This record gives sequence, C-alpha cells and structure tokens, in this order.
Amino acid sequence: MAVDDVNLEIPAGKLVCLLGPSGCGKTTLLRLIAGLEQATTGQIIVGGKDQAGLPAHRRDLGMVFQSLALFPHLNVAKNIAYPLQIRGVDHAACASRVDELLQLVRMPDAGDRRIHQLSGGQRQRVAIARALAINPALFLLDEPLSALDAKLREHMQVELRLLQKTLGITTIVVTHDQREAMTMADLVVVMDRGRVLQAAPPIEIYRSPANSFVAGFIGTSNLVRCRRTGVDEIEVLGRNYPAPPNSTRSTAGGRDAVLSVRPEDVALHTDPSDGELQGVVEFIRDLGSSVEFHVSAGGITLLSVAPPRGRPNVSIGQDVGITLHIARAALTDP
Amino acid sequence: MTRRRSDNSWHLVLLPAATLTVFFVIPFTIMLAVSFFQRIEGGFFEPAFVLSNYVRFLTPFFGKILATSVGLSATAATIVVAVAFPFAYVLSRMPRRRQTTILVFILSVLSLSEVIVGFAWSTLLSRTAGIGNLFHWVGIAESPRAYTPGLASLLLGLAYLAFPYAVLVIYPAVSRLDPELPEAARTSGASPLRAFTSVTLPIMRRTIAGALILVFVFTLGAYLLPQVLGRPRHWTLPVHITDQAIFQSNIPFAAAMAMFLLLVSLALVGLVLVVDSRRRGDQS
Repeated sequence: MAVDDVNLEIPAGKLVCLLGPSGCGKTTLLRLIAGLEQATTGQIIVGGKDQAGLPAHRRDLGMVFQSLALFPHLNVAKNIAYPLQIRGVDHAACASRVDELLQLVRMPDAGDRRIHQLSGGQRQRVAIARALAINPALFLLDEPLSALDAKLREHMQVELRLLQKTLGITTIVVTHDQREAMTMADLVVVMDRGRVLQAAPPIEIYRSPANSFVAGFIGTSNLVRCRRTGVDEIEVLGRNYPAPPNSTRSTAGGRDAVLSVRPEDVALHTDPSDGELQGVVEFIRDLGSSVEFHVSAGGITLLSVAPPRGRPNVSIGQDVGITLHIARAALTDP
Repeated sequence: MTRRRSDNSWHLVLLPAATLTVFFVIPFTIMLAVSFFQRIEGGFFEPAFVLSNYVRFLTPFFGKILATSVGLSATAATIVVAVAFPFAYVLSRMPRRRQTTILVFILSVLSLSEVIVGFAWSTLLSRTAGIGNLFHWVGIAESPRAYTPGLASLLLGLAYLAFPYAVLVIYPAVSRLDPELPEAARTSGASPLRAFTSVTLPIMRRTIAGALILVFVFTLGAYLLPQVLGRPRHWTLPVHITDQAIFQSNIPFAAAMAMFLLLVSLALVGLVLVVDSRRRGDQS
C-alpha cells in the first residue's frame, strides 16, 4: 500500500510541504489529491467539496510536475494559455491573462519563445505560470525544483515562497529536500512508508521531532540511545540528566529512548574536566561559515557545530570536555 | 589528433559508398537505361533511345492502374497507422515483461513470407474453410460466404503485412514520451481524449508521418497479395510490371513503369515532408 491512514488538514492559503525519502508515498498522496490516482478508501475534501469520483480535469487545481511537462509543440505563451483555452476562455481574455502571468513570473517578453530555447529556471517559471493560469483553488507541485542546480534551486525556493505569499494560494509541495521544506513551508508533513509521522510548523519539527526518524531526517542530529531512569531523569552515556521538556511523547520510567541533540547544542571545552562528559576529537571540518567537530565519547561519535568566532581551541586527537544542552534536546521513541 | 582523424575519415565512407554503388546505383542505372531501350518482337531488347515505353504508359488504362496502386497504399497506410498508434501507445504503458512478450509475437509475423500470409488469408476468408462458417455457426450470417477476393480482404492482407513495421516505428517514440505530458494536460482541464488529441498526437506528429510513409512505400511494392486476395481491378502497378517483365517479356516497358512508380512514390514522400516542415515553420 503506497499511502495508508493519512489524516491531514491543510489550512487555506498556506504552503504545505510533504517531506520524506523516496518511496514514502508523498507523490502518491499528491497524485491522489490531483485525481491522477484513485484511492481505494477515504475521502479528499477541497473547500468543503468531496472530490471522490471527480476526474483530474474537473478539479479546480494547477499542478507543476517533476519533469515540468511543458508541451514541446507549443511556445511559451501557448503553454501558459493551454488551461484557459481548454476551458473555452476567449482569445482576448486569454492573451491578457498570459501577459499578466508572464509579468508575475518575471519573463515579460518570452511569450514567443520555444520551450527548447529556455534555461532550466525559465522552464520552471513557465510551468508555474501555466499551473496558476486559471487561478486554481489548489496549487500542487511535485518535486518542482529537483531538475535545477543547487544554487538556482535555493533561489527559486525563495521566489516560489514569495509568489505563494503574494497570491495567498493554498499550495502543496512534494519534496525530499528538508532544506527546501524548511525554507518554504508553513506546515511540514514528514512521511515514511505511506504514513504521516509528524505534521507541524518547520521549527517545531526541528525542535521537537516526533521520533528518531523525523529527528534524523530534518537537519543533522545526534541520536543518542538513553534510558529513562525516573520520571524527570534520564541516563545518557552513563551520566544522569534531567529529562528535557520535549519529552512528553516518550514512554515512562525504565524504558529505552533516543535523545536527539542538535550539533549546535553540543559544546566542547579545552579542559576535559569542564564538561559532564569526556571525549576525543576525531575530525574537524572547517566550512568557513561554521566548524564541525567529530568527537568520540562513550563508544559513539558526537557531532558538534560552532560558529567560527566561538570556535573552541581544540585539535584532532585532543581530549575535550563535552556539555550537552539537554534542555534544548528532544527525547523520542527509538 | 583531430587532423589525423580528418585525414583518415574518408576511408570510413568507402564501404557504405561501395555497397550503395554495387547494390543500388548500378542496378538502378541499368534499369533506367533499359527503360529507353527498344523491344524486339518475339525476342529480347536492343540498346536504343526511344521514349515509346513512357508514352505507352501515359494512357487512361495505366493511369487508372497507377491511381489504384496509390489509393490502395494510402488507404492501407492510414488503416495500419490508425490501428498501430493506439496499439503501440497502450503497449508502452504495460508492464515490461508483457511488452516484451507482445513485441516478440508481433516481430515473429515478420518471419512469414508474403506468399504464406496471402494464401493463409485467402483460405481463412474462403467459403469452404473460412471464418464465414464460424459466423454461420454462431448465427451472425445466414449462410457461409467467401470474403475473398475483394478490396476488403486485400486491404486486410496488406495491413497484416505492414502492421509490425508500423509498430516498430511508433513503439520507441511513444515509449519515450514523458507520461507526465498527458497528465499535465489533464490537470490543466483536458479530458483524457482531449489530452490525447491536443498533446500526445501533435507531439507524435513526425513519428506518425514517418510510419505513414513507411507503410505507404512498403505496400506500394506489393505484387503478390493483389493477385491472391484482390480482383483483377485491384491489380496494382507492380502486378502489371511483373506481367510485362515475366509473361510479356517486355523488359523495357516494365522498366519504364518501375521508373514511374519510383518517381510517384518519391514525389508523394517529398510532399509529406514539405507539408510537415511547413507546419513546423508555422509554429515556431
């Protein structure tokens, strides 16, 4: 089963990202909403109207496909006008709407150009303009930026988000890129194996992931096995800590759990006796804008990130002290 | 490196050029020459330069035969492509294994000779042993009847022979077609049929033109099926060329008719290409 027991409410006018690894069912869910696939059970309701039995072409939506699916036999203007012409919009109204859309995607003079003459970013904009042509109630995008190179992708994420905010259109974006989801979404829906693991605003997902899969998928995280020793206490790497506030989901005393600590919440000290834990620096990755330390402690490797100015003065092979900012960590099910 | 490659590259052209010369240019030149030769009554022919062979062709009788040939091939090409295109389209959307099985089966039809196909259909459509008996038994027909010879049975035979070729031309193109293109049309508000006619068909226009030309030229050369499955009035130009060459021993006239057939088919193929390129020009 590709999608199983998904219960989602998508707020009007917001941008929702369906996020997950490939094969998690996010594209299937989007295609169900578009009417390109039929669900065996369940309901899809858009604006109070049950979509069951409505074929894709009767649904009030615009969709951008992974391959963009621009029609190679039509020029830019005719591609954008296609949804209007199909619906029988007259020629003059069609032409003015196409001009408006070309302005919107900042390609005002490109109407006469052929699809194969466009760059990747321009094709992207044309696909977006075509999907928005009829002012649909729902704007669907299936991995829309995956064909672009990293730099252009980051740029288009911002542009797409700004466009969506201007128009206030309810939007669903499928992506496997957590940065993309964090950049664009009002609501991130993390999926795996056809199920929704967590649906929450990006920063909430980052700060309190529902389980270790979400914690590992969103950003980088140190996932440390731990044990709940009391109601408000956990044991991490042989040392007792107060249970973090983000631990409501986890199980009661005496059971194994996973502590998710973000790399920025792992602090290093040059004097080993300064921290609660001791470790050895194994590797340093200096990225310029930040510095990453791989520290082995208690049989595992912890990742610590520091800004270049706050960089602890340590080198590879050195014994260091480690502080875990438990209060900002999240305790999840294993 | 580049200089050495360009210095030697003309060698590469030698083999195809030689093959083309030996197997196509020389026989074609001989045929062209023979078409101007003088026939000797009761004998063979002697070198000359006469136009009588071409003049003889320009009569209403042979004009009608030419029209029959062209009409028959054009009809067959239309029927074959009209069936083969949806067939290949559906085939390309099947699971891989089933696609292979069906393709192998279709290609195996190519191993049958025109003779076997002709006589098999002739038997299958006959009154004594044909499907007419089946229709009678089921109760569709009053009494078993023969469906051959006739125009329908001839077209059926030609279509049967040409169908695998059309599938071979169309299948690779439709299997490369991005399935998201018709889907994009559907989410843009087009019904499945409208998506097919407004997106899939126009994108596949060149492939369809190619398949039409291939089947047209292929069936234009048919000389056996018209005799087996058709009536004498369906006899095509190749049938008459065979008749002149083998039974009337009038090689020069047969050569002249063959030249004519070649020119007509070239002209029609050229026409299709010109129309196609002009339509492309309109769109860009």
